[in-house]
Amino acid sequence: MNRLIVLIAAAAFACSAPAAERLKIGFLSTLSGPAAGLGVEIRDGFELALKLAGGSLGGLPTEVVFADDQLNPEVGKQLTERLIRRDRVNLMTGIVFSNVMLAVWPSIEQSKMFYVAPNSTPTNISGKGCSPYFFSASWPNEAHHEAAGHFATSKGYKNAYLIAPNYPAGKDSLTGFKRGYKGKIVAEVYTKLNQLDYSAELAQIRAANPDTLYAFLPGGMGINFIKQFVASGMSRDIQLVVPGFVSDQDVVRAVGEPMLGLFDTSHWAYDLDNEANRKFVAAFEKEHKRIPSLFAEQGYTAALVIDAAVRAAKGKVEDVKAFRQALMSAPARVKTPRGDWKVAHNGTPIQDYYVRVLAKDNQGRIVNKKIGTVLNDHVDFWAKECAMK
Amino acid sequence: MKPALVLGALACLYPLAMQAMDQQFYISFGARVLIYAMAAASLNLVLGYGGMVSFGHAAFFGAGAYVVGILAAEGVRSAWIAWPAAVAVAALGALVIGALSLRTRGVYFIMITLAFAQMMYYIFVSLKDYGGDDGLSLPGRSTGFGIDLRGDLAWYYLVLALLAGVLYLLQRLVRSRFGRVIVAIRENETRAAAIGYPVYRYKLLCFVVSGGIAGLAGALIANQSVYVSPSLLHWIQSGTLMIMVILGGVGRFWGGPLGAVLLLTLEETLSGSQMLGAYSLHWQLPVGLILLAVVLFAPQGIAGLLSRRRGA
Amino acid sequence: MPWILFLEQLLNGLQFGLMLFLLAAGLTLVFGIMDMINLAHGSLYMIGAYLMASFSQATGSFWAALPLALAATALVGAMLELTVLRRLYERDHLAQVLATFAIILIANEAVRLIWGSQPIMLNGPAALSGPVELPGGVHYASYRLMIIGVGAAVAVLLYFLVTRTRAGMLVRAGASNREMALAMGVDIKRLFTVVFAVGAALAALAGAMLGPILAVQVGMGENILILAFVVIVIGGIGSIRGAFVGALLVGLVDTMGRALLPMAFALVFRPQVASNLGPSVSSILIYVLMAAVLFLRPQGLFPARG
Repeated sequence: MNRLIVLIAAAAFACSAPAAERLKIGFLSTLSGPAAGLGVEIRDGFELALKLAGGSLGGLPTEVVFADDQLNPEVGKQLTERLIRRDRVNLMTGIVFSNVMLAVWPSIEQSKMFYVAPNSTPTNISGKGCSPYFFSASWPNEAHHEAAGHFATSKGYKNAYLIAPNYPAGKDSLTGFKRGYKGKIVAEVYTKLNQLDYSAELAQIRAANPDTLYAFLPGGMGINFIKQFVASGMSRDIQLVVPGFVSDQDVVRAVGEPMLGLFDTSHWAYDLDNEANRKFVAAFEKEHKRIPSLFAEQGYTAALVIDAAVRAAKGKVEDVKAFRQALMSAPARVKTPRGDWKVAHNGTPIQDYYVRVLAKDNQGRIVNKKIGTVLNDHVDFWAKECAMK
Repeated sequence: MKPALVLGALACLYPLAMQAMDQQFYISFGARVLIYAMAAASLNLVLGYGGMVSFGHAAFFGAGAYVVGILAAEGVRSAWIAWPAAVAVAALGALVIGALSLRTRGVYFIMITLAFAQMMYYIFVSLKDYGGDDGLSLPGRSTGFGIDLRGDLAWYYLVLALLAGVLYLLQRLVRSRFGRVIVAIRENETRAAAIGYPVYRYKLLCFVVSGGIAGLAGALIANQSVYVSPSLLHWIQSGTLMIMVILGGVGRFWGGPLGAVLLLTLEETLSGSQMLGAYSLHWQLPVGLILLAVVLFAPQGIAGLLSRRRGA
Repeated sequence: MPWILFLEQLLNGLQFGLMLFLLAAGLTLVFGIMDMINLAHGSLYMIGAYLMASFSQATGSFWAALPLALAATALVGAMLELTVLRRLYERDHLAQVLATFAIILIANEAVRLIWGSQPIMLNGPAALSGPVELPGGVHYASYRLMIIGVGAAVAVLLYFLVTRTRAGMLVRAGASNREMALAMGVDIKRLFTVVFAVGAALAALAGAMLGPILAVQVGMGENILILAFVVIVIGGIGSIRGAFVGALLVGLVDTMGRALLPMAFALVFRPQVASNLGPSVSSILIYVLMAAVLFLRPQGLFPARG
């Protein structure tokens, strides 16, 4: 009975093996649970670029296979096996969270498959563990936090209380902030990933009474934290600074007005003045009836990079050297919404980081407005540990 | 005897068929099914034959996996050390947890096994040096057999051989005097005690053997995924193992393996189906419905239905 | 300064404990009277939260949506009891565990199909979105204070219902000795359905209250379900009073543990280690508590069975 069922299943799937003239992309992302907002944004940005390109990337008709890791490294690992071995995708993208990224990375690298990161770029992979198969279209994990640290110093905050979830990107975030911040660190607190009730942490923050609070709590965590922070009354006395992940449109939609006046750092802003950005924002708002977040921009740019790279490599994704070169030169050949950027030898972006503030635009909508630049042509701190040329 | 030969032949030919159809992924999938068959068989021993509703079985499964994972992280990759260690640790855990839990009965036994499993889960979550919540990637599969276990076929046949060995041992065990006493205790504990059997000791031994086998299955799953995470110990995992046993037929010899095959195949075919949406979890709905139907209308599971048809 | 922290955590523990009580009350009654392990109780909590979110968006008012959500969930509970659960009373605990586990899977999927797999927004009443100043200079979120109020009021109401009314007397009789109650002519079938529906409404109330603080998402019932079971084992199966004491105990131990242990560990270990050990140890603490109660007083603190 077992054999019969599996034979039927196998036959069904055998029929879906990709032909050589198509591009099959495995999109593993967090599409359910409290943090799903991020995965959905990245996916929407990616699909928009694909749609604007007429369903083909790099000149090849493209099929995207979506998989939901549920923010569970175990599930992510199993899905990666399926995508690589059963569906035989040509390259992978999509992962939001660093714990999933680190769990599935060995499988991807050992399968000699290319991965284009639209989000998580852990320091383990960009530093000592760097690999030709990894390309980041987003940012190095610590960058936004380093920028925030510089910003907090420039505003003269004497002491800071730090909070982040206890997982690889959370640790990266506070390490990055501490590198950029020159004041005194009152406390460094790590919460459970996907924790929703911050009453205990907020009570401790109130007791410590810092000048500024730096919180890296993406997705649903941020929504809950900010709501509870405001509800406790502390938002009047303590200045909250966050990386752009915590205060972009997904959170704005949930929290709203209480967020006005919040500062955040980002590699991209809604009102960046370049042609590609205007096109991206207009198309996104038309398609999805909502303002794009930085996550959407990352997904969109990842698709653009893949498009340029596959085109330059003439579709030969399996040719490691050729495709690697194509990826490294892709950002120079395509206009992305964040403007001009270069690539470091470890495959991560060299770009500017801005400070934004939450304010209303002339239509009364709450958006992240760019108010200044904190870091210019910032290079990943860990790039120097990468031994690749 | 006969079902064993038929199933054994099928299991031996299966990977060759998959190889021929260029579906190597399904060889790896097959190995995963066999590993869960072993875990489910171990649960069936304590649950089906022993009548002990242990909601904490995943703790032994996961502990065995972690022993292999932690040893590998520390550089000890030989299967000859790691796998027996996994069995030993799991059996020891079963001894401790069993000794304490078997002093209670009924719903309290269920709750306390659940409590211990959750405690173990949180302990492993707190081991940040070994990944904690994020899990631990192993450097590779265990060594020591002279062949590279990364190969799908080699791994599959090794797992099959181990499963066959375990099932053979279990067969001998349930047919022995020990097995019959365990069943007698399940049927009527007071009577068994009145006849003079040291009930507590028999139950504990059953619990320990079951835990040890689960530990071996755990060692194998760590090798299968080359990755361990605390979710292997979670009570939901215990529930999944119980579902396998029930679907297959609780207390029937082939109940565990059949249930594992059924549940995992169902999950694989339903969740990969594009019509249900991108790798979605909607497979849980049919599984839930089937499970409910089985519990309400076919409490003897698949094995029960099959034996009824044969008129056994 | 630390005593303000202590006070705030005490209130948080109280708030959490009272919500646990709402869940545990329904669970312990079902268990005590019908002798049924109901793992699907967490699903009723989840359904209550989802219905609350939908009604809240539809009516635009938190307070208008609340009774609607409670009634709707009670209805769902009653339907569940009449169709599926009724068949499980005579079966053994294993069958009940598995059948209700199956219901968890079905409920999760049904919710996913109806509402989608992303979490849904549920906001508290706008009037309660700010803090309130308590004597002693402590600012506490007014919404959480309201939860404490509601939880305490329901506890009093339940106590009154169970000890002072005729219906409550039947419930206590059923919990204490089901066969005798049947023999005395109590309409057991109707009693069961009513008890189940009330339990469902209580679970929904907990879900609706906690929804604005936590996220309304698929699977939210599983985590809190285990704690509810721990509560009723500690408190004594079938006893409302036990559920109350047990819930407060578990709520306080969990909250104070989560808050104080990391601080204590931070004095000795690095921040990452402390943040890690703290919640783990406090989680383990609750199970140790349960195990201890099971050994010393296996019937729980306030056993219902005579």
